[in-house]
Amino acid sequence: MTESNTPAPESTPEQPASSPTADRGEDPRSGSAILRQIVGGDVVISILAIIIALVIGAVLIAFADEDVADSISYVFARPSDFLGSAWSAVSDAYIALFRGAIFDFQADTFNRAVRPITESMTFATPLILAGLGIAVGFRAGLFNIGAQGQIIVGAIVAAYLGFAFDLPPVLHVLLCVLGGALGGALWGFIPGILKARTGANEVIVTIMLNWIAVYLVAYVLTLGKFNASGTGLRSPQIGPNAGYPSLIPDFLVPGNTFRLHWGFVVAILATVFVWWLLERSTIGFEIRAAGANPHAARTAGMSVGRITVLTMVIAGTLAGLAATSQVLVDGGSLTAGVAATYGFDAITVALLGRSKPLGTFIAGLLFGAFQAGGTLMQSVTSTPIDIVFVVQSVIVLLIAAPPLVRAIFRLPDPDASPKKVRATTKEAAA
Amino acid sequence: MRVLKIAAVSAAAVMVLAACGEAPDEETTEGGDNAATETDDVAEDTEAAGPDNSDFKACMISDAGGFDDQSFNQAAHSGLTAARDSLGITIADAESNSDAEFAPNIDAMVQQDCNFVIGAGFLLEDAIQAAAEANPDTNFGLVDSGFSDENFAPVEIENAKPILFNTSEAAFLAGYLAAGMTETDKVATFGGLPIPSVQIFMDGFSDGINKYNEDNGTAVELLGWDKEAQNGSFANSFDDQSQGAALGEQFISQGADIIMPVAGPVGLGTASVAEGTDTKLIWVDLDGFETTEYGDLILTSVLKEIGSAVEGAITETVEGSFTNEPFVGTLENGGVALAPFHDFEDAVPQELKDKLAEYEEMIISGELVIESPNAP
Repeated sequence: MTESNTPAPESTPEQPASSPTADRGEDPRSGSAILRQIVGGDVVISILAIIIALVIGAVLIAFADEDVADSISYVFARPSDFLGSAWSAVSDAYIALFRGAIFDFQADTFNRAVRPITESMTFATPLILAGLGIAVGFRAGLFNIGAQGQIIVGAIVAAYLGFAFDLPPVLHVLLCVLGGALGGALWGFIPGILKARTGANEVIVTIMLNWIAVYLVAYVLTLGKFNASGTGLRSPQIGPNAGYPSLIPDFLVPGNTFRLHWGFVVAILATVFVWWLLERSTIGFEIRAAGANPHAARTAGMSVGRITVLTMVIAGTLAGLAATSQVLVDGGSLTAGVAATYGFDAITVALLGRSKPLGTFIAGLLFGAFQAGGTLMQSVTSTPIDIVFVVQSVIVLLIAAPPLVRAIFRLPDPDASPKKVRATTKEAAA
Repeated sequence: MRVLKIAAVSAAAVMVLAACGEAPDEETTEGGDNAATETDDVAEDTEAAGPDNSDFKACMISDAGGFDDQSFNQAAHSGLTAARDSLGITIADAESNSDAEFAPNIDAMVQQDCNFVIGAGFLLEDAIQAAAEANPDTNFGLVDSGFSDENFAPVEIENAKPILFNTSEAAFLAGYLAAGMTETDKVATFGGLPIPSVQIFMDGFSDGINKYNEDNGTAVELLGWDKEAQNGSFANSFDDQSQGAALGEQFISQGADIIMPVAGPVGLGTASVAEGTDTKLIWVDLDGFETTEYGDLILTSVLKEIGSAVEGAITETVEGSFTNEPFVGTLENGGVALAPFHDFEDAVPQELKDKLAEYEEMIISGELVIESPNAP
């Protein structure tokens, strides 16, 4: 908050200066400039985007409701009916969303009351992990759209190691996690090396690799060991020792039915790792330098190609870890839909999190909560779960268009913020 | 500022437009109120007339297709709403957008005290099974699949009822009909995915053709399915119509003049290439004459009454006679059937119709049993 407020007054005198214009004149054409703008946006915009999206969601909920539709025909004769039914539709839906995502105050048992928050964390785990992968790519100036494919390939490897072998506890799950990470890393390495060696556009390559992964999993599911059911739709279940153990032990919450598992801890560790990587390590410095200005980075003696490959491998590894959180659960197996839409949702999560590790973590939790809450909202109030997707999509839309949010809330334009100007000067110097 | 102005103008426009509708508002209001009361009355009447089971809650979870897929999920859901209307029960439903949502959706249903939770489709098997084991006081149903353990051996679960269809019986009749109607002595079929609930159609179809050959000494050939080897043509999809078109073209060029696509909307692709040729189609699941725009191509349909089976299972549960024995739709109980010939009513020789009626009798009486490795 303070960050965003302080630059505003300082920026005013600098507005007539030519630097923002120069900035606009040369950079916006390149993808990295757009990325920088997205990454450079502030927390306030994110929060405001969420609020606007929830308001738009409320309007849609109201209009999707039958009582509201009935009462709107005589809204002038008796507006109280319309307002009352609209209010109850919206509040019921959002209360259900809260009950499903955070805390169910209507539950009979303590276990059921706190279960929603654990569900949110369960849903958030793959989003956080894959989102971190996307975020690392963004920081290096790479549009990695390939998390979906990386998740699928990670899932294939993790599932295979899970059901084909029978190993002691701990060892087995570690092997599967490692395998999943490697599978994702492989699928990240391909676009990385293609970009580094041939300059192939990573957006196009990763999108194509997504489709290859989609058809690969459909094919793999028809092969020998994967197809024990004979249906070609589902692999055998993973072994009893291959799944992540439950995170919350029975003695803490007796008789709990939580699905939350150690995958969430992996997500936390990954967040810390990515923070360390980006902010404290030499590689991270190189990644950020390549993202800010690849020419300058090259001039400074960095191998941009090596950084590109490394970044994509790290991104793929994180997406592969996201896959393990889906496959390595109790009774988990490989299906064609194993990746759901996590790979694409992760892009949203990374955008909302401003490609910062902590931001991505929080954004992942938020989207996880939407997922968990949307499930209950749908079943209790029969509000279509699509409303949740609308809310999520509006958030992305607004984040991609900060001027719109600023216009709605009349925030000052931070284009001329000192940080930006300083960056441009530095680039110019380089 | 500009945004505000636009907002103000739009708001004004809305007010003006709405005000235009204000005049008839008074009447509408009264009408609306009356209508509302009437509807209430009607609702009460139905409840008074029919059984009042509003304390019974039946719930359904879709697979990723959603309840508006014009196919499987929609048929299952129509059974749920039919049960609400006929039994006066309360219902709830939830659509799954991905496999990861099956378990949470089922859990949400159990938590809101559903008495009977139905999963639509094979893919929900694991999730329904796990929920049934965890919630022994709730009854579960699963459409189109039985339950199996981790080695895919079939198991029975105390409180879960599979709803299955012996579609080979109706498909047998369709095969007999197709063999009798073909002019090129070649008919074809293909499936969506190689799963039992699809292959069983193809098995019955194959048997029907063989029976016709046996009876008449003909040599009608079936393309796209080898019952012995359980091997044939598949679109590997339930929604990619281009696959249906490609397979259709292939079969037509091989000389087939009757095709039975067992792949939901994929068959529409086949219909689009069959249009303008002499090729006829046999539709599946629903009566394609009514549900598709290719009615003039559709010789008949192999009906799978998912809706009425779901309704039947709910009725049974409401009446307190729930069992975990699978419901199997057959010709006898009307769970499967051969649709009318519609446009081809006159084209089908009376002799063939008699023969079909005769075989239907024999299947119902158990005299003729259609064997299939995919039979429930």
